[in-house]
Amino acid sequence: MPTTLPPFQALLDRHAGEVLGVLRAAVGRVDADDCFQETFLAALRAYPKLEHDDNLRGWLMTIAHRKAVDHHRANGRRAIPVEEVAEVAVEAPEPDSGVWARVGALPPKQRAAVTLRYACDLPHAEIAAALDCSPEAARRSLHEGIKRLRKELA
Amino acid sequence: MNEAQLKERVAERAAAEGILDVSYTTADSPFGPLLLAATRRGVVRIGLPGQGDEALLEELAARVSPRVLEAPDQLDEARRELDLYFEGRLRDFGLPLDWQLSKDFRRRALRAVARIPYGGTRTYMEVAKSAGNERAVRAAGTACGSNPIPIVVPCHRVLRTGGGLGGYGGGLPMKESLLRLEGALDT
Repeated sequence: MPTTLPPFQALLDRHAGEVLGVLRAAVGRVDADDCFQETFLAALRAYPKLEHDDNLRGWLMTIAHRKAVDHHRANGRRAIPVEEVAEVAVEAPEPDSGVWARVGALPPKQRAAVTLRYACDLPHAEIAAALDCSPEAARRSLHEGIKRLRKELA
Repeated sequence: MNEAQLKERVAERAAAEGILDVSYTTADSPFGPLLLAATRRGVVRIGLPGQGDEALLEELAARVSPRVLEAPDQLDEARRELDLYFEGRLRDFGLPLDWQLSKDFRRRALRAVARIPYGGTRTYMEVAKSAGNERAVRAAGTACGSNPIPIVVPCHRVLRTGGGLGGYGGGLPMKESLLRLEGALDT
């Protein structure tokens, strides 16, 4: 008896909020719209071939993370100048959306590094590749981001 | 875009790309909300009020394809025809249908049901006969009872020999109202 997967709409309803939150944190509000659609379309393409429904959330989040990474790679050549960081940092966090809203309000490079590390579980080397910077720079962005979050959440 | 808009966009793009296997929406009716579902071939399932949308969608995911998305646009024509029908302004549905949820004798019986004209009625025995086996009265009853596309495939037009209403998935009052709307009941 093959596994019966739930209707795809159920996945979309259940996880859209979280996927959107993570993507907004990872790539910013505007580009998150695209990444969101790409994520669910990629998932829908592959969906009938899934062999089990053990961890559909994890599967979706992995695709979302990959889309965020792809996005950063595609934009790698126009990397965000670090000097502008303080000025572009103020996306107003949504009420009640907690930590990811704070992450979303970080300067772009820090935001990307934090999301790729903690939501996508990427190692430093891959974060560096995704952001088109050196591993040291990636580590620094991550460190700065975490420091800032700690301070804000304290 | 907000979350709802993004979800709509996903459904639209999925349909355009040809990876949306089952579209569904809900539509108002005088009896309560109907659930309408279609494949690329046509209307595959209609859920009557109170039949449980969630179970129905799970059934579609299991039996047709798990690529099921809410996509009202794909059902505009079905909704339009049903509205007209409930207003008494449409007698014959022109919607393409997908019969895949009915097999063998059941499908033949339901195709026979689909040929019963507006305003007419048949007995379960007559349906069995036009499906090619006049002794399969009980099976004809089962076919009507499991009709995946009620209203459009008018199983409400099938009655017991002797005129008893028989059964109906949406409840007997609904069956009676539909027959009355079509002018098939005298009183």
